[in-house]
Amino acid sequence: MKKLILTTTAAAMLTAGAATAQDVVRLGTEGAYPPYNFINDNGEVDGFERDLGDELCSRAERECEWVTNDWDSIIPNLVSGNYDTIIAGMSITDERDEVVDFSENYLPPAPSAYAAMTDSLDLGNAVVAAQTGTIQANHVVDTGATLLEFPSPDEIVAAVRNGEADAAFADKDFLADVVEQDSQLMFVGEDVSLGQGMGMAFRESDPELRETFSEAIVAMKEDGSLNEMITEWFGDGAPTFE
Amino acid sequence: MFQACTDPDTLDGLAWLACYLTNGKHIAFYGSFLTVLSLLAITAPVALAFGFGGAVAARSRIAPLRWFGQAYTAIVRGVPDIVFFLFFVIALDQGFEWLRHKVKCPGWDQPIRQGSDFIVCAEAKLPLSSSPQWVHEGYGFGLAVLTFAIVFGAFAANVLSGAMRAVPRAQVETGEAYGMTHRQTFWRILVPQMWVYALPGLSNLWMILVKATPLLFLLGVEDIVYWARELGGAKTNIYAYPHPDWRLWYFLGLLVFYLGLTKVSEIVLARINDRLSLGQATAAGEARRRRAAA
Repeated sequence: MKKLILTTTAAAMLTAGAATAQDVVRLGTEGAYPPYNFINDNGEVDGFERDLGDELCSRAERECEWVTNDWDSIIPNLVSGNYDTIIAGMSITDERDEVVDFSENYLPPAPSAYAAMTDSLDLGNAVVAAQTGTIQANHVVDTGATLLEFPSPDEIVAAVRNGEADAAFADKDFLADVVEQDSQLMFVGEDVSLGQGMGMAFRESDPELRETFSEAIVAMKEDGSLNEMITEWFGDGAPTFE
Repeated sequence: MFQACTDPDTLDGLAWLACYLTNGKHIAFYGSFLTVLSLLAITAPVALAFGFGGAVAARSRIAPLRWFGQAYTAIVRGVPDIVFFLFFVIALDQGFEWLRHKVKCPGWDQPIRQGSDFIVCAEAKLPLSSSPQWVHEGYGFGLAVLTFAIVFGAFAANVLSGAMRAVPRAQVETGEAYGMTHRQTFWRILVPQMWVYALPGLSNLWMILVKATPLLFLLGVEDIVYWARELGGAKTNIYAYPHPDWRLWYFLGLLVFYLGLTKVSEIVLARINDRLSLGQATAAGEARRRRAAA
């Protein structure tokens, strides 16, 4: 019991001096989904969403801090208040919308694709690897294929390489770099369009912050800077906003 | 880190490897070994203290204290670790915030639970959302230590209460015959002698604790297993140091680390056991006496 009290007082003392004039916005991301978000070689969060998040924060005139969290528990930690928003390549879906609120989308619906070692594959009957809790995982179940779930995106590719799965199913922009740089891997089947684009997720009780960031996203859409950023990170062929 | 490392694309062979192994991410990886070691160094004594408290409470003559001690060991030992680590930490964190909320924001009229959201006033957040990242990390680490200490404390309590019962009754009786009070026989006779009986059980717990540290990542602390997985995963050209899947090598490194740690622990524990056996009425104590006499 003494320990409990000690921890609380220690934490209270540590934080007592901090200024609370304008709260820092804590941005939660996964840090394992290049080029959306990843930890670069200096150990910092990098990627399209890093650039986007920093730009949105400067437009909204808020101070921001990046936090990484496992994909599995990324929504529970948002709702219990460990960070203020999720910006982690999360597709807007009705299912997630019941728990959190999404901002204006910052990426239009992008295709998901299958990567495999051979093109003679019956995708309806194959073992397909997808990341746990993603729209891709839900889709694999709908197609009737056998779903093999992994906690991180890197592991679904590893599962195809070592033969555990026949194909990996993820956002095409993530797989594009992987497939390009591995002569054994290729895209198979048709691309699938899932979700309603990607957006930032907020607590349902936090409408002001969501409004602030939605406005900044709309402003970036209007002046074309968002499209520029998309093209810079995802190449000329990437879908942009009208 | 080094001047030569500014453009990794131009490097090859050993120079590339040297730069790769000293980039910021690897420094964080090396730092996480310290995190794990300091977690062990802090958790072990705290858990032992919890265990001792639990064992004393469980044999207390005051009924509510005894019930508390017995309930603590029974409940914590019965709940699977992973449930404890996933559920308990969030509950503990919310419990702290709720207490602070009650104290700091008495005028708050909105409900704390709104759907799945847990809302306390900004002053009650723990740590404050304006505090720097290291405070958040330190707080996470503190929660991890506390959770580990509670879990392992329950096992230690069971080991210690067994050890207390294993001390020969005659030893305590002799103390009583000299007129010592209950408290005196406990501290002067029972406690110094029980350790030799507790040591095998405690050393098992220590070994399990050493191997349980990867659970840290469930608590949001970036430990060696997290970094090994992150660094070992295949890297495309978007990274400065692209490489194929090297997880095997990283995990081999961890294997060596854990084996080394358990080996060192075994040596240290064997020495402690030898020292504790001195003058004890056990087979090990007898062997020691003969060795000294020869």
